[in-house]
Amino acid sequence: MSTKHSKAAGKFLENKGLAAWHDETLWMVRAKRDKVSKEVPEWEHLRDMASAIKMYSNSHLEQLLMEFEKNALANGAHVYWAKDADEYCSIVYNILNGHQVKHFIKSKSMLAEECGLNEFLENKGIEVVESDLGERILQLMHQRPSHIVMPAIHIKKEKIGELFVREMGTEPGNNDQTYLTHAARKNLRRKFIEAEAAMTGANFAVASTGECIVCTNEGNADMGTSQPKLQITAFGMEKIVPDRDALGVFTRLLARSGTGQPITTYTSHYRKPRKGGELHIIIVDNGRSRILADKEHIKALNCLRCGACMNTCPVYRRSGGYSYTYFIPGPIGINLGMLKSPLHYYDNVSACSLCYSCQNVCPAKVDLADQIYHWRQQLHTLGVASSSKKLMSGGMKFLMLRPALFNFALKNAPIVNSLPRGMIYNDLNDWGKEREIPEFAKESFNEMWKKNKVK
Amino acid sequence: MFYRNKIDKKMKVGLFIPCYINAVYPEVGVASYKLLKSLGVDVDYPLDQTCCGQPMANAGFENESKELAKRFDRLFESYDYIVGPSASCVVFVRDHYGNLLEGEKHRCASEGKIYDICEFIHDVVKPSSLQASFPHKVSIQNSCHGVRLMKLSSPSELNIPYYNKLRDLLSLVKDITIVEPERPDECCGFGGMFAVEEHDVSGQMGRDKVKRHMATGAEYIVGADGSCLMHQNGIISREKLPIKTIHIVQVLAAGL
Repeated sequence: MSTKHSKAAGKFLENKGLAAWHDETLWMVRAKRDKVSKEVPEWEHLRDMASAIKMYSNSHLEQLLMEFEKNALANGAHVYWAKDADEYCSIVYNILNGHQVKHFIKSKSMLAEECGLNEFLENKGIEVVESDLGERILQLMHQRPSHIVMPAIHIKKEKIGELFVREMGTEPGNNDQTYLTHAARKNLRRKFIEAEAAMTGANFAVASTGECIVCTNEGNADMGTSQPKLQITAFGMEKIVPDRDALGVFTRLLARSGTGQPITTYTSHYRKPRKGGELHIIIVDNGRSRILADKEHIKALNCLRCGACMNTCPVYRRSGGYSYTYFIPGPIGINLGMLKSPLHYYDNVSACSLCYSCQNVCPAKVDLADQIYHWRQQLHTLGVASSSKKLMSGGMKFLMLRPALFNFALKNAPIVNSLPRGMIYNDLNDWGKEREIPEFAKESFNEMWKKNKVK
Repeated sequence: MFYRNKIDKKMKVGLFIPCYINAVYPEVGVASYKLLKSLGVDVDYPLDQTCCGQPMANAGFENESKELAKRFDRLFESYDYIVGPSASCVVFVRDHYGNLLEGEKHRCASEGKIYDICEFIHDVVKPSSLQASFPHKVSIQNSCHGVRLMKLSSPSELNIPYYNKLRDLLSLVKDITIVEPERPDECCGFGGMFAVEEHDVSGQMGRDKVKRHMATGAEYIVGADGSCLMHQNGIISREKLPIKTIHIVQVLAAGL
């Protein structure tokens, strides 16, 4: 009984030191989130509002997105609609190609990750440089993010030091964070200057104004868009919010939930193209409209991509982002993977003890654990349910529907207590790999009751 | 016995003993019965109980739970309350039976009258004192389903005032010292078949949890969910750790 996730998690846990550090580090972020959220008396009310606004926005997408387009066009932006990843990648490429762009700088975008934009553009001969420090480190290491907000959280600074010696000629053995950050900044500065176009994602898009909001801590998105004249901004269509009042609810929740900061260092509103420049906005569906029709999973579209569910997930913290087979890990990743393609990503459904902590930290109240429970019910129909789990469940049901048999089993169960250890603790006993099995009572409660021993 | 009995004397309570308590911890069942009796509750045990169906449903086989739900519903048909010493099993009945038994002709609505024993004593019986004395330091195991589904205590994630029904009840016990671990309601890693399917992560979660209980200096881990305790007890025996587990009803019924 194992899944791709459980096997990868086992591997992750072999490095005890790193695994413990990963758990502690992310727990620290969760603890920061607890602290700042408790400084806001109306916190739970904000979460209710966020959830209600998202449910409204996502059920009025047509109206709100059209309003956004109208306002964005009036602001002088170009607006494109992409139905899937291919269309999105092609639109970006065509814009870049039409402007003879060879150097492209982009800030963090999970949508770009979702659609494989970097590979697409690189195959067409365009240099893509990630300007978020974590993303940049991963790009140079040829790795993928292991967390959606802190993409390189699994990498310790010593490894980054070694990388920078090779890539940026830093002093060997000097792993001081400030020193390394300065080196990265200097190295990136050249890339900012070289770039002929910049891209950002968007945390929010405001229908009533036609503006896109990008939240960063490093200022890298702004640095990118300040130099080249050509800016591309793309967002998944569920990022739309009706107006700035609604936006205020989300900006109060986002950073507090994600990193435990009251607000991100930069909250930039991109509304118009710069003087003499161009602003191209791409609105992407890529499967989102399908989720709208799915009652059990519609709230997945409420997600702000803050990462709080990962930080609180006891399984994510102890198994790392790479143990999941979908590019977004943790509770939201389990669900988004299943919504993308259940037959590809069902392995992640095991990575949950149904503790429900994710539902409580989610700023937009995505019913993450309930959805995972629902997915588990689907595995059988999908034909991918674990056969041993099925056998166990079926066997248990057979036994539990027959009280005489159940009582007979209970009566004889204590035999197990005195069996030789090797018969009980072997490779087939996954329970026994971690812990001792409980001792069966000499007399069950049923038995005691019948003998009038319960008084 | 000094208690203010708020419960109607005519109310009949059916004691629900989950399968693993029946098989492994019958003493928890006995303590539950004694405790309820001592509080003046008219309690009876409908014979030949087996399982509520949660393990199969959480593993993804709700269909296997349906017949069990029907059987359960019938067993407790004649009772006004169903009370059991296992928050997780109780909340499964409460949250899922309505859906599982949808479309059944005969409905006894178990989900509307089922209580975890702590919840029942705290919210319905409301004793102002207990006879029990337990001169030990105990660390509370706030179980996930107890905290987040049954609301036995304030979840650490929410910005709501602190409360803890387990602590309230334990406070009625004489000579006891009550503490809670760091990360007071982080999952211990049991999770039903999760414990087997994801045994590496589950084991690590369990070891981490027991370590935090031990760091409080407590002699006992005390909780309302025997399944969390069973898992942690297995860790304690394997690692030979100097701490014990005990179900909260055994503490509340100490000396009865």
